[in-house]
Amino acid sequence: MMEIILEHYNYWLGVIIMMAGFYTVISRGNLVKKIVGLNIFQVSVFLFYISIGNVKGGAVPIIEKGITLYSNPLPHVLILTAIVVGVATTALGLALVVRIKEAYGTIEEDDIHNQDQSL
Amino acid sequence: MIESHLSLLMVVLPLLAAPIVAVLPNGRLPWAVSTLVSWSVFYLAAWQLMNVSTGHVISYELGGWAPPWGIEYRIDAVNALVALIVSGIAALTLPYALKSVTKEIPQQQHALFYAAFMLCLTGLLGIAQTGDIFNLFVFLEISSLSSYALISLGKKRQALTAAYQYLIMGTIGATFFIIGVGLLYAMTGTLNMADLAQRLPELYEHRTIHTAFAFIMVGFALKLALFPLHVWLPNAYTYAPMVVTIFLAATATKVAVYVMLRMVFTVFSVSFIENTPVDELFLLLCVMGILGMSFYAIYQKDSKRLLAYSSVAQIGYMVLGIGLGSVLGVTATLVHLFNHALMKGALFMAIGALVYRVGSSRLEHFSGLGKQMPWTFAAIVIGGLSLIGVPGTAGFISKWYLVLAAIEKQNWLIVAVILIGSLLAVAYVWKIIEVLYFKATDELEQKNITVKEAPLMLLIPMWVLVLANVYFGFNTELTVGTVEQAVKLLIPGVNE
Repeated sequence: MMEIILEHYNYWLGVIIMMAGFYTVISRGNLVKKIVGLNIFQVSVFLFYISIGNVKGGAVPIIEKGITLYSNPLPHVLILTAIVVGVATTALGLALVVRIKEAYGTIEEDDIHNQDQSL
Repeated sequence: MIESHLSLLMVVLPLLAAPIVAVLPNGRLPWAVSTLVSWSVFYLAAWQLMNVSTGHVISYELGGWAPPWGIEYRIDAVNALVALIVSGIAALTLPYALKSVTKEIPQQQHALFYAAFMLCLTGLLGIAQTGDIFNLFVFLEISSLSSYALISLGKKRQALTAAYQYLIMGTIGATFFIIGVGLLYAMTGTLNMADLAQRLPELYEHRTIHTAFAFIMVGFALKLALFPLHVWLPNAYTYAPMVVTIFLAATATKVAVYVMLRMVFTVFSVSFIENTPVDELFLLLCVMGILGMSFYAIYQKDSKRLLAYSSVAQIGYMVLGIGLGSVLGVTATLVHLFNHALMKGALFMAIGALVYRVGSSRLEHFSGLGKQMPWTFAAIVIGGLSLIGVPGTAGFISKWYLVLAAIEKQNWLIVAVILIGSLLAVAYVWKIIEVLYFKATDELEQKNITVKEAPLMLLIPMWVLVLANVYFGFNTELTVGTVEQAVKLLIPGVNE
């Protein structure tokens, strides 16, 4: 049991980070904290992709004489795209939070909800 | 060879148009360029559909990299139909946008609005065209990010919270999707859909594949607003600017349904689904969604929100077809995908015309408008009949196939649900019609304030869609003919 955990520690770390992020998104009422949670959630996926690219005993994927086993660079390239998407999402999310703050004067979900109800 | 380049051009054209439109001076120019682009894209989509409707498949290798290593655009009848819906609705929404957007969005934001609209169109068309699941994720995010921005442009401040809510849920959905894609890649080493379909069958027993499938399904259930993951949709549709509501209601969820079809039937297969609880789960959620959301729609006080809940119910009908997992079921899904775009497009455009004149989408402000705006009222009546599924309208055709599919499976409960759903649709459509036609005109109009009929720029696109609803209710050659071709590709080995 212990071996499974230790051998695949990066996957376990990914799962823990994923759940931590996901829980933050669901449980927090503060809009900025939600975005932070979302970010952590996405980062866990980056970690997961980087992990699956690793080949046991494989070298850095740069062609060199005498090396026959390379790690797979494709997941890393994929996740580069996903990181860019993540940055764009965070930027847009925070921009919305700024606008919400201007319109409501608060970034707490409950307060916003109350203000909309009282209309 | 030129034909495959044109398939790529459909995605590249609006992508290139977006930054150009963004830097154009505010005024009519950004609108004109966007409209021109959407019409040329529509032309390309129609041409593409003609090309593949015979069963021919267009394969385009991006940058000349051969699949499965490079990204491949693989166009068959299914993609072509979805691309036609998206570009067709865009080509009708943009002429409508000129008046509607001027009224709802400040002048200095027009160029950026049309740029975001072009990006959204790029994303949706990209999803429809691509044959690579990671590429699909990228296009999904292009369309999602731009639609968050578009929704947030609504006049009321609730538009901001609606966009925020959609952003959170949409991103969770998309992230679930890439987790699934990652697991599939880890198991098979490929991202090409056709290649995945070949490599997956021998791994069907593997738990990782089941996990991947679950992640992808939940991710897209969020995106297509399958009950109970629909919470973002009513707010987003209610507070978004009218043009955005029309466009998203008629295309975005349809594209997500298409992806689900692709995943379930092309990447995975019917034999895989039969060993998972997914089909029963879909049926259960759809039944709850159709009944619950139709019922909810009846009690809405805002016309946009009413139609939004109706949309969630209608999505239930589409996924129902997937859940039935038969040739007839998938035919019903695809036919309804097309027809629902027509009816919701027409209805939201008609509501938009009322909003254009009254400045509010709440039902109480619509009292007596039916007599003052007869053309808009007639559009709502015909669109509503189509939504209910009255014979002679497009809605009837899709309901007919759905009922046939349910009868074929001897699932009488589903048959009953479809019929009850239609009855509930009568109730909520009637609610709009009653307010428009039978409610006494309120005080404002007693003081002799008359409301004029909507301008022609709003009426023409609206009536094109209304007439399409009637046309496709009688002539099913284009829809059902193409769809049957498409279903043959989705569920191979069907004995005719």
